[in-house]
Amino acid sequence: MDTTNCFHCGNEIIKKDEVLFDEKKFCCNGCKTVYEIFSNNDMSCYYDFQASPGATPLDIKGKYDFLDDEKIVTKLLEFEENSTHIVSLYIPHIHCSSCIWILENLQKLQPGINTSQVNFPEKKVRINYNPEATNLKQIVERLCAIGYEPYISLDNYDEVKKVVDRSLIYKIGVAFFCFGNIMLLSFPEYFEVQEFWINQYRGFFRWLIFAISLPTFFYSASGYYVSAYKSIKSKMLNIDIPIALGIVIMFIRSTVDIIFDYGQGFFDSMAGLIFFMLLGKLFQQKTYNFLSFERDYKSYFPIAITKILNDKTEIPVQIYDIKKGDRLLIRNQELIPVDGILISDTAAIDYSFVTGEAVAIEKKSGDKIFAGGKQVGKVIEMEVLFSVSQSYLTQLWSNDVFQKKVDIKHKTITDRISRYFTPALLGLSVVSFLYWIFIDTDTAFNVFTAILIVACPCALALTAPFTLGNVLRIMGRRKLYLKNATVIEQLAKVDTIVFDKTGTITTNKKTSITYEGEMLNDFDLKLLNSALRGSNHPLSRRLYEFIPRKEIREPSYFEEIIGKGIYATFDENTIKLGSSQFLQHMSENTHKKTKVHVEINGIYKGSYVFNNQYRAGLEQLFEKLSKKYKLIILSGDNDGERRILEKMLPEKTILVFNQKPEQKLDFIENLQKEGHNVMMVGDGLNDAGALAKSNIGISISENVNVFSPACDGILDASMFDRIAFFMNFSKNAMKTIYMSFGLSLLYNVVGLSFAVTGNLLPIVAAIIMPLSTVTIVSFVTIMSNLFARNFKK
Amino acid sequence: MSVIYMLITISIVVAVFFLYAFIKAVRSGQYDDDYTPSVRMLFDDELRKETNKNQIELTEEKQL
Repeated sequence: MDTTNCFHCGNEIIKKDEVLFDEKKFCCNGCKTVYEIFSNNDMSCYYDFQASPGATPLDIKGKYDFLDDEKIVTKLLEFEENSTHIVSLYIPHIHCSSCIWILENLQKLQPGINTSQVNFPEKKVRINYNPEATNLKQIVERLCAIGYEPYISLDNYDEVKKVVDRSLIYKIGVAFFCFGNIMLLSFPEYFEVQEFWINQYRGFFRWLIFAISLPTFFYSASGYYVSAYKSIKSKMLNIDIPIALGIVIMFIRSTVDIIFDYGQGFFDSMAGLIFFMLLGKLFQQKTYNFLSFERDYKSYFPIAITKILNDKTEIPVQIYDIKKGDRLLIRNQELIPVDGILISDTAAIDYSFVTGEAVAIEKKSGDKIFAGGKQVGKVIEMEVLFSVSQSYLTQLWSNDVFQKKVDIKHKTITDRISRYFTPALLGLSVVSFLYWIFIDTDTAFNVFTAILIVACPCALALTAPFTLGNVLRIMGRRKLYLKNATVIEQLAKVDTIVFDKTGTITTNKKTSITYEGEMLNDFDLKLLNSALRGSNHPLSRRLYEFIPRKEIREPSYFEEIIGKGIYATFDENTIKLGSSQFLQHMSENTHKKTKVHVEINGIYKGSYVFNNQYRAGLEQLFEKLSKKYKLIILSGDNDGERRILEKMLPEKTILVFNQKPEQKLDFIENLQKEGHNVMMVGDGLNDAGALAKSNIGISISENVNVFSPACDGILDASMFDRIAFFMNFSKNAMKTIYMSFGLSLLYNVVGLSFAVTGNLLPIVAAIIMPLSTVTIVSFVTIMSNLFARNFKK
Repeated sequence: MSVIYMLITISIVVAVFFLYAFIKAVRSGQYDDDYTPSVRMLFDDELRKETNKNQIELTEEKQL
């Protein structure tokens, strides 16, 4: 084994940076320091739960100075009293049991902390501390020092306390209580034995059942009445109408039955039905607590930034308090929160958040710099031109697409089916009623109610929640995290897929260039340098950046043949650079790899290979997708890569370059106007508008715990080549739903045949209802798991 | 009064008590995070084991 991994963070150790401490190997001083802290505090237990669980602490000098400001701290605190403060911090690095252990033992590392509690699914730690003994800044800095840097953004500042809605759970609890007790009490009557004992207590049992059914009827099922009422009001027939109708009829008929002593009624079926349907609702509500699908620029922005006063003192200032004319200090990797003018001599600003262009842009003193850029390199100073809300980037969020709620975008499959189901059901009950009324009035009422009871689309209503809920979980395990179940239905309808380029089909890692062939000596490199300098071809530029700098000579002759290469002479020396045809050198596998060949003085030396930075499996994925979908690449970059992409991707792929964020949004809108169902796959803020506008926005993330703009789903970058599988899977999920709709209609037909003939006994209803539920649920679960098997390539 | 009334009343009262306990538990928020406690539970054991070990070491030292 020649590679070793860091004892603390598990990263590979580069030999020259290796740090030895306590007989353990570390990749850097940072990791060693964390280990030291832990071992000094008797906490090396940290490494027992999981091998190398840590993260390298980053340099945070001055970054959290704003936590000295009491106003900001107050905003962040959850609870504040003289001797206790409670704060919840989001720590993206929380990922294993060691993390939980160390964070729950914080009081050993930082005196003043009373208790700390981790919420693992949300990746949050709740710290209760004594403000007299310590303060938030100390705690945060201590967390950073052990590699658990909390993420504090502008979002935390505006945060409104979320009220957790647990009413569904209460409803299910109540429904289950009623269902169980009613079933138990109904049991004697199921057997219809005409015994003295049963006859004597019949009334008591029935009225008790009636009493127990009241909470389910009035409380647990209340959501269905509201929804049915709303749907009638808006004249859109949804599935809740027949459900609500069925429940109400069941209740009334059963009450009438026991008042007039006709029978025991259908209270048992009613409670069971409500219970199972609520359970379906719960199952569909799979949420990923640690992800947020509603992010806007606020989660990217820092909470405060350093302001320079006239007397050169630096103070932290809250972002919203920045005014025109203020002077700000931006450190390395800090985000520029407002538009302004650069005061320092030069700055390199990385606008990848905004434009997707990964290369940092050079700015000179006096240039305008825009919010959303990140300073790379040394500290700069800038003067503010606009406040946060008036800056260019934040203006994008005032676009309508960000104000709209997504729910109203479409109708669900169940609602579409019920548009036919509800009228058909009502029609059938009226017809049978009219038929029976001429024969026997009593039976007519019986039949009428029985139809509505038995046809109450319990199985139908359960199909979609259980299928989609299950599919949602399966996809989550495969690292595609969807916002909610309706996204799956949308996914199945997509016919056009739009990809962003930078960061989406390419990785964020910089291109690596390798050299193959005979070693080049100093003199060769000198020639190479001089020849490349004259060329404007993107490959030449990249190669020029890559090779070591040598002194430059002016060529005596220089020619660039477009699409082929460069030919240059320097006195008696000649150099030829370019494609293999140009050099008349035929190497094996030149196919689909970008290479620049080098020939000096007529002798072939070797070639520079540009390992493309496109994601693995991109070509195969596009090949697969192009059969079924219209594919478009929408890039904020210039079209320098056009030729490479054209070569790599299927012919039909449309390539669009130089798109600003608003143009991307408009582009999607135009596609939708043409009647396409568009899925946008993107990353970064520059796609935010397009992601929100498209029917489905999926954001690609190298690390799902870090940030992605508002979207419908987050896909882990390692699963990029499986997009085709997910698309297919969603289609199969819909197929499953249709199949089980068929199955549940079958049950309805059986039940109805009892009902129309006037033979529906409570016991029959009580058997059909759970039976259909169980079969439907197991059917859809088995089917969707079966379809998921195709995941392996 | 027949025994059946009493038995059923008791059974319902017990059931209502459980329903109340369930709702109270949900309301207190203890089902919001269903993962961390399962891990936390194991830590306590880990720590105790460590202290035991220390005690054993101490006693060994004494014997020496």
